[in-house]
Amino acid sequence: MSVLIFAEQEQGVFRKQSLEAASYASAWAQAQGTTAEAVVFGNTKSDSLAEYGISKCYMINDGPSERFEAHSYAWAIAQIAVESGAKLVVLGASANAQSIAPLLSVHLKAAFVSGVVSMTESSTPMTFKRTVFTNKGFSQTEVTSEVAIISLSANAYGLHPNPVHCDTIEKNRAELQDQAKTTPGAVDKAQGKISIADAEIVVSAGRGLKGPENWGMIEELAQVLGAATACSKPVSDLGWRPHSEHVGQTGKPVASNLYIAIGISGAIQHLAGVSASKTKVVINTDPEAPFFKAADYGIVGDAFEVIPQLIEKIKAFKSQNA
Amino acid sequence: MKILVCISNVPDTTAKINFKDNDTQFDTQGVPFVINPNDEFGLTRAMWFKEQNGATVDVATVGDASVEATLRKALAIGADEAYRIDTPALDGYQVAAELSALVKENGYDLVIAGRESIDYNGGMVPGMMAGILGYSFIHKCIELNIDQQTATAVREIDGGKESLTAQLPLVIGGQKGLVEEKDLKIPNMRGIMMARQKPLKVLPGIGAQPLTQDIHFAKPEARSQTTMISKDNLDELIEKLHTEAKVI
Ligand SMILES: Cc1cc2nc3c(=O)[nH]c(=O)nc-3n(C[C@H](O)[C@H](O)[C@H](O)COP(=O)(O)OP(=O)(O)OC[C@H]3O[C@@H](n4cnc5c(N)ncnc54)[C@H](O)[C@@H]3O)c2cc1C
Ligand SMILES: Nc1ncnc2c1ncn2[C@@H]1O[C@H](COP(=O)(O)O)[C@@H](O)[C@H]1O
Repeated sequence: MSVLIFAEQEQGVFRKQSLEAASYASAWAQAQGTTAEAVVFGNTKSDSLAEYGISKCYMINDGPSERFEAHSYAWAIAQIAVESGAKLVVLGASANAQSIAPLLSVHLKAAFVSGVVSMTESSTPMTFKRTVFTNKGFSQTEVTSEVAIISLSANAYGLHPNPVHCDTIEKNRAELQDQAKTTPGAVDKAQGKISIADAEIVVSAGRGLKGPENWGMIEELAQVLGAATACSKPVSDLGWRPHSEHVGQTGKPVASNLYIAIGISGAIQHLAGVSASKTKVVINTDPEAPFFKAADYGIVGDAFEVIPQLIEKIKAFKSQNA
Repeated sequence: MKILVCISNVPDTTAKINFKDNDTQFDTQGVPFVINPNDEFGLTRAMWFKEQNGATVDVATVGDASVEATLRKALAIGADEAYRIDTPALDGYQVAAELSALVKENGYDLVIAGRESIDYNGGMVPGMMAGILGYSFIHKCIELNIDQQTATAVREIDGGKESLTAQLPLVIGGQKGLVEEKDLKIPNMRGIMMARQKPLKVLPGIGAQPLTQDIHFAKPEARSQTTMISKDNLDELIEKLHTEAKVI
């Protein structure tokens, strides 16, 4: 028996959500008296996985596997899950993980529980707490299959170091390519920007900003905080910002540690999608804006006045605390 | 080309969510239901395939008779035939297995489902269908074009997008981008009249079993008070974010 994670790396560095998966898996393994293991595509040093309790790393290491392809990745993970006797497979909430998990579920005839927010409370049967109705509720979900696959909601379980020794097992998967059903082409990705999925801090702005030409200060605030930028739905529908920044019930979910909402009224669909964030700061000219009721900290003020000052003050704070 | 659009019948985005029977069931009383927003984008994209390539477009929902109003709306938007698989939707796996049986039966080349339904947020039905059927799979699909048997698509990845090609048959998990918000088709009077004549077929289902069960629901805990800070005192905000919330 084991617990297996899909460890995703980007340019040789494991993503935070994979380290959260490692933390979760190693705590689960300890409770069950078993080992936490990882599947890695491409050649990456396993040190940081070992830091979070992964004691065996299957490295799938041949040319084609460098490039993500849902069917072939799911197939390879399924092979390893069977080989290692995995009872639980833990993934993050990345776009790639979300593509693999349902396919893996079919391979292993294993239940898939998505959006898991905390450590399982029961292991027989396995039961997980997950978000439903876009954070308007939670469900305790019981698994009736032998094996379970879960994806963790970002930043919910957190990072818990548990250093161990990690053995690396090289896997040659010549058949991997035969499993592919799509051919990946060009990638269009902003360099050096943090994605909403990975961000611990998200700076988000709405129609209160008046027009796309005013986003310079939003980008700057995000940059000084090491944050991702996001926006409300009308802002993306108006073409002021790309659709990939639209957050909320019908956009991307946000579960950051800090969410700063600037010139966003706080419609129910927006709130539902961002409410899993731990701390919310709202900046709005209208003291009656509904978002204030959902905020931890509120500032009534004009974004054009407040944001430039806030940028300067955070810069000063950062340089003092560096 | 034969297209199936999988439609999830979900509470309106503004609906308040309550649970009943000792928090073991979602309380649907007084809740207005709509086509899942992600599926609306897919349905409109399918209509364009119909207009431009002469595709046929069917829609299907797994659920009891209460979902029929939503299926009628899809017919009014322009779908040719609707299927209701007459069994309660219990989990993603069971729904995917039921829908896959229909796909096999009718031989669809393209299955359009949504990235996620906004009720149980599973994000799994399209991928599971692709797995069960052995079809190509593109999740979070934001652009889709088809020439003969080849699909050219764009999917969203974290922080960007990726172009890819795939052979039909294909399942996608679709979302905004397939078409824009302003392009969404809404039913007009003529469509509504025509929908009354169109077939809405009720199938018994294959008796697929779920792999999970929701045993208990809860609402989020009431949140703490909002601390208001003067716009002339931004240092206080920074101080609180640092020492109280510990997020910077
Ligand atoms: C089916 C459906 C799904 C939806 N899904 C989503 C979703 O996923 N995400 C989403 O965001 N929305 C969603 N919406 C839209 C939602 O209902 C709201 O219309 C939207 O969130 C409002 O965006 P906003 O707050 O940017 O704009 P507005 O509501 O116009 O608010 C602008 C705010 O800016 C403030 N303001 C103005 N000037 C300034 C200034 N100088 N400084 C500071 N503040 C200022 C105003 O007081 C106001 O509160 C959905 C709607 C529907 C019907
Ligand atoms: N009961 C259902 N009937 C038909 N299609 C469904 C049903 N539930 C989910 N789907 C489809 O699967 C997509 C993803 O749903 P889910 O995996 O439940 O988040 C939805 O957008 C629909 O296209």
